[in-house]
Amino acid sequence: MSTNDPDDFSARERDILRIVVGHIIPASAAYGLPGADDGAILADILRSAWREGRKLHEAAAEIDAASGGTFATIPTGEQATVLQRFREQHPGLARACEVVTARCYYRDGRVMRSIGMEVRPPFPLGFAVEPSELDLLEPVRQRGKIYRDAN
Amino acid sequence: MVEVNEAVDVVIVGAGASAAAFAWSLAETGMRILCVEQGDWVKADSFPSVGRDWEERAATDFAISPNVRRRPEDYPVNDADSPIAVANFNGVGGGTMLYAAHFPRLHPSDFRVKTLDGVADDWPVDYATLEPFFALNDEKMGVSSLAGDPAYPPKPQVMPPIPMGRSGVTIGRAMNKLGWHWWPSDAAITTQTYAGRAPCINLGQCGSGCAQGAKASTDVTYWPEAMRERVEVRTHCRVSRVETDENNRATGVYYYDGDNIERFQPAEIVVMASNGVGTPRLLLNSASERFPNGLANSSGLVGKNLMLHPYAQVRGYFDEPMDGYRGPHICTWSMQFYETDPSRDFVRGYSYQFSRGHGPVTAAVNGMADGLIPWGEGHHEAFRSVFDHSAGMVSICEDLPEEINSVTLDPDLRDSNGIPAPKLTYRLSENTRRMLDHSVARGREILTAAGARHITSRSPLPYAGWHLMGTARMGTDPRRSVVNEWGRSHDVKNLFVIDGSVFVTSGGVNPTSTIQALALYFADQVKSRIYDLFD
Repeated sequence: MSTNDPDDFSARERDILRIVVGHIIPASAAYGLPGADDGAILADILRSAWREGRKLHEAAAEIDAASGGTFATIPTGEQATVLQRFREQHPGLARACEVVTARCYYRDGRVMRSIGMEVRPPFPLGFAVEPSELDLLEPVRQRGKIYRDAN
Repeated sequence: MVEVNEAVDVVIVGAGASAAAFAWSLAETGMRILCVEQGDWVKADSFPSVGRDWEERAATDFAISPNVRRRPEDYPVNDADSPIAVANFNGVGGGTMLYAAHFPRLHPSDFRVKTLDGVADDWPVDYATLEPFFALNDEKMGVSSLAGDPAYPPKPQVMPPIPMGRSGVTIGRAMNKLGWHWWPSDAAITTQTYAGRAPCINLGQCGSGCAQGAKASTDVTYWPEAMRERVEVRTHCRVSRVETDENNRATGVYYYDGDNIERFQPAEIVVMASNGVGTPRLLLNSASERFPNGLANSSGLVGKNLMLHPYAQVRGYFDEPMDGYRGPHICTWSMQFYETDPSRDFVRGYSYQFSRGHGPVTAAVNGMADGLIPWGEGHHEAFRSVFDHSAGMVSICEDLPEEINSVTLDPDLRDSNGIPAPKLTYRLSENTRRMLDHSVARGREILTAAGARHITSRSPLPYAGWHLMGTARMGTDPRRSVVNEWGRSHDVKNLFVIDGSVFVTSGGVNPTSTIQALALYFADQVKSRIYDLFD
């Protein structure tokens, strides 16, 4: 799996992207969860975003331009307004931001535990699935054949 | 300078579902059989499910689109002129590496659509002819199922079905309320130790490769057996074209090896098994003075009649927890709307495959796309109402053959060896649109009956061009078909096509079971006609 060099993003871009991902998934006191702008999660986002790198550069540039180059310093409410407009005007770029944010946020151990997952990959332990209730098929059997003979 | 290899009796191009079954069957003849494959073997410990980044990798280096995946062995596909993008995998196992292993057969009526419904064409073979090959293939692949499905003629059960889980039971109860057919799916997934394969442990990652080896990809089923019978699988061989001689016979194939050296592989028999896009691409790329419109193309039908099975997706969100990301994604099916019903506004029909939920990343990404999960403050609560609380279905709609739907060669796009890439031209017919709409409406009824509090739908699914069929169709009339009723080219007597390209119509179910049954049947025909094979 390839990785990105976080230094591919300028300090200004990293600042903007930190704010963007924090707006997508903010911290939650109610659930005791970090936001996607948490240091470890943000580092994961920047490191693994090599496929979306071009779109993230573009997104940062669009967002910054929309706020006259002041996005990182304007109040949170104004940032939210800029981002709402960004989502409407650049849905493809907004989607790229959502994807890189969600995929790193929801593999963070703190988050996985909070949503009821064990902090591990699927293999090798696998998972349990409730068994079948084959009695439910009795009405289907009783209605009989539904295919057409054609030979 | 082209290097010339030692000649073989049979060269098979591609190492996917059909190639593996065909090679295994033919191995008993003692012929020297070589399979050339542009990809590699995939090691089980490299599949996404072995790491916590499994959802990211399923969408990147194991993505179903070659245009997203962009591995060195992938060739690009221009699908800009199609509402549905191609899905495939290039490697030993082919599409079976990433398929869901949902394993329905075509139905008896699918082989007689002209006779029964007055549309398209009948196949030159029928269900009864293929039945023993379906059964053999079920054994070789290791298919789990429940005998007695009223949607099919009786068929043997190799091993018990995969578990319905909460999702299957919830939807099954809804289907019973509506009085509609449903049944546990036939799945090419082992539910018990079988032929050296461990049973399924519900990794839920069939669609990005099974690290457990329970899913029947042909790298763990047919190929090991065929190789024990001395069939050779040669990887990193990208075939560019088939060569012919003055007698209009194929003499072998040209390919680029892993070191980018061009080689010629002489063979007595050439077998195309590169799927419904790759095979016509290579036949068209094999145009020559003798075959100016492409090889085996005197009918003009190479690349025409592409069928993709448009899918509609309908998903419901429930108050009760469902299976989420646990278990094979597809658990049950319905054939309620499969056969033609004159009271509907379309001919032919579709099947449903009922599915479980998704991992947290996919749940979040889809939830944001569907407007169910907001950015900001409400994200966490909304996520929890969606994650592990969804179940649904896709409909697989029968796609009737139309010559306008086609694979041609892109004038500009090329793969990394400079070989012209395929270009798709594809549109949805009015019949298909009506069928999709019908399936979404019935799907919503099902999920409402199941108690879903919120229902979403997408139609057609833009990324689900898994089933690549019809582009070198079989038939008895050389003017209306590319290969005969046992897969041999009408024009080139030692050239065979054995993949989904030969489908005359598509049916409304996943085609892998039928592709492999046909490949076994074709191999059987080759064996039984060995002394007059080229007459």
